[in-house]
Order: sequence, then structure tokens, then C-alpha cells
Amino acid sequence: MIPHPAPVLDAATSGGFLLVLAIVVPLASVLLAFAAGGRHVERIALGTMPFGLAIAAAIVVTMRQAGAPLVYLLGGWAPPLGLVLHADGLSAVMMAVTAVVIGAIGVFARADFTTPPGVIEARAPFAFWILLLVIWSALNTVFLAGDLFTLYVALELLTFAAVPLVSLDGRAETLQAALRYLMFALFGSVLYLAGTALLYGAYGTLDIVLLSQRVHAGPATLVAAALMTVGLLAKTALFPLHLWLPPAHAGAPAAGSAVLSALVVKGSFFIVVRLWFDVMPALPGFAATQLLAGLGAAAIVFGSVVALRQERLKLLIAYSTLAQIGYLFLMFPLAFSAGSALLESNGALTGGLLQAISHATAKAAMFMSAGLIYAALGHDRITALGGIARALPMSVLAFALGGIALIGVPPSGAYLAKELLLHAAAGTEQWWWVVVIQVGGIFTSGYLLLVLAHALAPADAPVTLRVPVSRIGEAAALALALCSLLLGLLPWQAYLPVPAGTASNPLTLEALSSALWPLLAGGVVAILLGRWGDRLARVPFAEVAVAWVGPARRAALALGRVLERADGTLRQWPAAGVSLLVVTIALGMAMLAGR
Amino acid sequence: MSAATIFGLCAAAAVGLGLYGLITNPQPLRKILAFNLLGSGVFLLFGVVARRGAAAGFGGDPVPQALVITGIVVAFSATALAVALLLRLFQASGSATLRTPASAGTDPADA
Repeated sequence: MIPHPAPVLDAATSGGFLLVLAIVVPLASVLLAFAAGGRHVERIALGTMPFGLAIAAAIVVTMRQAGAPLVYLLGGWAPPLGLVLHADGLSAVMMAVTAVVIGAIGVFARADFTTPPGVIEARAPFAFWILLLVIWSALNTVFLAGDLFTLYVALELLTFAAVPLVSLDGRAETLQAALRYLMFALFGSVLYLAGTALLYGAYGTLDIVLLSQRVHAGPATLVAAALMTVGLLAKTALFPLHLWLPPAHAGAPAAGSAVLSALVVKGSFFIVVRLWFDVMPALPGFAATQLLAGLGAAAIVFGSVVALRQERLKLLIAYSTLAQIGYLFLMFPLAFSAGSALLESNGALTGGLLQAISHATAKAAMFMSAGLIYAALGHDRITALGGIARALPMSVLAFALGGIALIGVPPSGAYLAKELLLHAAAGTEQWWWVVVIQVGGIFTSGYLLLVLAHALAPADAPVTLRVPVSRIGEAAALALALCSLLLGLLPWQAYLPVPAGTASNPLTLEALSSALWPLLAGGVVAILLGRWGDRLARVPFAEVAVAWVGPARRAALALGRVLERADGTLRQWPAAGVSLLVVTIALGMAMLAGR
Repeated sequence: MSAATIFGLCAAAAVGLGLYGLITNPQPLRKILAFNLLGSGVFLLFGVVARRGAAAGFGGDPVPQALVITGIVVAFSATALAVALLLRLFQASGSATLRTPASAGTDPADA
């Protein structure tokens, strides 16, 4: 694997210019697009994508050959005064995935965001392509930046480009959702900035490598770490700081939702990883990692139950994102080594990152296929999806494969991630996270099966498609879903730490059968909690089944209503603001207690 | 009481007022103003931190100044974007509120 964090960053390595290109090429295209204007914007954006992919591939290959991180010193100035770009194994894989997902979204979005013939310049397509390029550049900066202030600027750039994606259609609800998102994200970024100010005051540098050598557990550092972490959590939409996420997805175009859910929230998540693993691995301690993963566990339960109760497919996927974000934070306690009291860059870190990557590819595919279904039917009510599998087989297949990849059926990336996390949980003797990991898988199967049961059911009336569905869009969604399903076969140990013995062959019968029982349990969850309309009554022997299931379903629905109401309360602005402060204080206390 | 302490206390007061306004005030425009106040507090904190370099015989450490200027640019663009969104929201709906509708999102097809 590539050692990380990089030992000393005082000289540029060969291939360092690739890091500059990764940031500059999408931005240069933005400038070119502004200058060219009109219908050229789409061509410029799509033309940039092969270059971006090639740059990401070149970085991955160069790093493999060099066997060391790539470093570039901006203007030849070394830290602490200068700024450094550096790519380690984590950055390389995230950049590669970003390039692939952006490329697929670009291909998908051609159907929705083409300037109509005869029009010189249409607002929504123009904005979409430019925002997509800016998001790409900002994400690459997040993955490559070597100091905390550059990360702040990159994070802001990412937010400013992501917010307008929510309100591309200009309706009042989407504008409101965008404004809520922007205000909450700004709240988060101010907290992050306050943390950087405190760190600079304490150590006189914001360079990640220098800070990691100097940092010690003083009061200023603890406050700074708590502020920065919570600021980033607000942007990542970890429960209970998720007030912006569901409304943002409700009205965003399918391609916009795919970008937001697959990539934008991963940017701030990646900075949390940088902060905790690279800058201050000794600081959080046992209690803080448990607290963070506890929020993740709450996110899994809340997000999944509310997802199962949604009427609209798109909001089901949005709440599923909430649950999957919780899943990402389970790696922190599992990476914590009680012996050294450090967050170790070990298999658990790889598991968390692989989960993020699998989620990025699978969720983008799911949002795309949901968008195609919405466009074809004119609605996306889950209980009225009957017959859609016959009308749009490729879209439903892409949705199903994406969901199957998320559950962790071998050989998907999520399968490998789950193996690594379970291995780490066994190694650190934290059985309670094993329970949470398995429950997460069961819930994921639950909402996938709920949607598939409706989609595969026969239609009440013949399905008429309002618009012809773009075959290329369907192919893009399917390709991403397949990509997520095959991620487990890639040689991750070249870039990420993979402990020996965990990367077993995912194609054995044993591995496949281990994926079967979460599916069965998920079926039960779906029957108990899902919206079924009048479908359940039409199943043979329904009366017998209802007599058996009835009381359990009533209890489950009561629980669902309680969680839905709690979710509604937590998504009110004052409640979310107060939770933000409470989480900050709790995290600070946990770090203080963990010393 | 040294100048640095006074500035630090002012920064803390600005941050506190900004936080209170951002959380409790229901009007988006006031939230934007509160965000700016909160941001100013943080910039002032950076300014206090900049005096650290004075110990080494310099008048001050120039790096935080550069960071603050960048931060101000970012906060200015954020404010501009937020105000632009707010204006569009007011034009589109006739009111400017962030209160959540009953459900997380209505189906555009029903609207």
C-alpha cells in the first residue's frame, strides 16, 4: 500500500504536475464555457470528461509505479509558508471514482440538459454543466489539498456549486430547499473556520503533515477539533444534522441528486477522515469515536425506517442516503486501537472508504434510474409503480443492481467493506458494531425489496410512458450499478491498507450464502414497515398472513410514526441548530474524557 | 487588560450573538446577517491570532491576515449567493420563509 500520511513533503515528486492538472483542467473548461457560451457549454463539459478521467488514471498509475505519494509544491515554496498538494492512496482512489461517476452523470444528463434547438442559450443546461465542472474541480482540491485552509476554500467552492443544483428548475420549493441547504452549510463552514483559527493560534501552521507532528491535546486543540468535526458533519448531513438533505433531493433534477448524494457529501466526509486519521489520530480517543459511530447508528435506524415509510421513490432514496452516511461513520471506533490509543490507518479505514466509494457509484445509479422512471411515468409514487419493470426493464435492473451492490452481495465493494469492518470489529472486540452493521444491511435489503416488489408487480392498467426514455441514460445508470457490483474484485491493497486474510475470494458459495439471510430479514422488515397500498390484500392466503403479521405490523407502524414525527421535529431549523451545538459540546466532552 | 484580550472578548461576543441569531431567528435575511456577524467574530479571532508573530520581533504574523482576506471573500460570495436565492424565492412565492412544509417535498406533478 501507499504509506500515508506522507512522511516529509519538502520537495515535489515526479508526476506532481498531474495534481495541478486535476484541479485546473475542469476550472479552465469553466472559463472556456463562459467565454464560448450557449450550446457550446455542453460540448465543452463533455469534452473535458475524457481528459479528467485520463488525469485521474495517470495519477493512479504513476502512484502505483512510484510506490509513494505524489507531491507538488505550489510555486516551489515549502510548508509552513507555502502550500502543498499531495495525493496518497486515499486521494487517488477517491479521485478515480469521482472521475468515473462524473463521467457517467455527464452522459446521463445529456438527455435532460441539452440546449433546445433554436434557442441560443438556456439557463438550466448552462448552469448545470458549469456547476458539474466546478464540483469536480472542488472535489479534486478536497482530495489533494495538504493544508486545512485550502480544504476550507475547497469545501466552500463545493457548497456554492452544489446549492444551485438543488434549485435548477426555479420553483419556490426548490429555492427554499436551496436556501436552507446554503444557510446550514454556511453554519457548518463557519464552525470549521473557527477551528482552523484556533489551530493556527496554537501551532502556527495549518499544514496537515506539520500539524500532525506538533499537535497535542491542549484545550484549544480539543475545541478546534470538535468545532471542525461538527461543521463538517453538518455538511455531510449526518443525523441529527440532516435538515437540508430530504427537501434538497425532493425537487432537484435526477442528475443533480446523483451528484449531491454520490459525491458532494463525500467531500466533507473525506475531510473528517483527513482530520481524524492524518492530523490528529491521537486526539479523539475511545469515547469520541464511539459517539461519532453512535450518531451513525442512529442515522441508520432513523434513515432506514423513514425511508421505508416514504411515498415517493426519490425521497426513499434520499432517506436511504441518510442511513448510508451513518454507515460511513462506523469505521471510526473500529479503527481505534486500544493499545496505542490511536486511530490506526488499518482495514477499518479501508472498509469505511470502500463503503463511501460503493455508495457513490450505487446511489448515483439509483437516483438516475429513479429519475428515468419519474420522467416516463410523470410521478414516482412507490405504490403505483406496478408494471414499470415491463415498461422500463433496464432502469429497474439498474436500480436493483445498485441496491444489491449496496446490501453487500459479493463481489460488490460494499461486500468487501463489510468484511473489513466485521474483521476489525472482531479484532477490537466491539460486538455492538457488528450488530449495527448487520442491521444496516437488513434495512437496506428492506427498502430495496419494497421498491422491487412494487416495480415487478403487474400493472393495474397498461403503463403508458409520457416521454420516450433515453437509452443512453439507462445505459449510464446500468454501467454505474455494474461498476459498484464489481468493485470488490479490484486490487485495493495497492492503494489502501488491507490486512492479510480479509480479501478472500468473494465468489465462493459461503460468501454468497452469507449475503442471503440479510435479504430474507429485509423482506420481513419491508412487509412490516413498507407502504403496500392494496397490494397485500391481493396475495393468496392474505387473510391468514394478515392474522399472523397484523399485530407486529401495527407495532412497527407505530414505531415508524414516532420516528417520522421525530424526524420532522429535528428538521426544523431551531432544533437542528441546537443539535449542532449539543453535538459539538458532546464531542468536545467525549474527547476530554478520552484523554 | 491587553489589546489582544479585548479583541478576543469582542470576537467571542460577536460569535455568540451570531450563533444566537442564526439559530433562533426565523427570517432568512436576519439569518444571513447573523451568519455575517458570526463570520466577523471568527475573522477577528484570526486577527487576534496574528499578533502571535509579534513575539519574534515582527509587528505581527502576516499569514492570518492573508487567511482572513480569503475568508472575507468567501463569506462575501456566500452572502451574495444567499441574498440572490432569497430574492428569487420572494419573487417566486411572494414570501420568504425557511419553514418546512408538512411533508419533506411535494410531488411537482401534483402542484
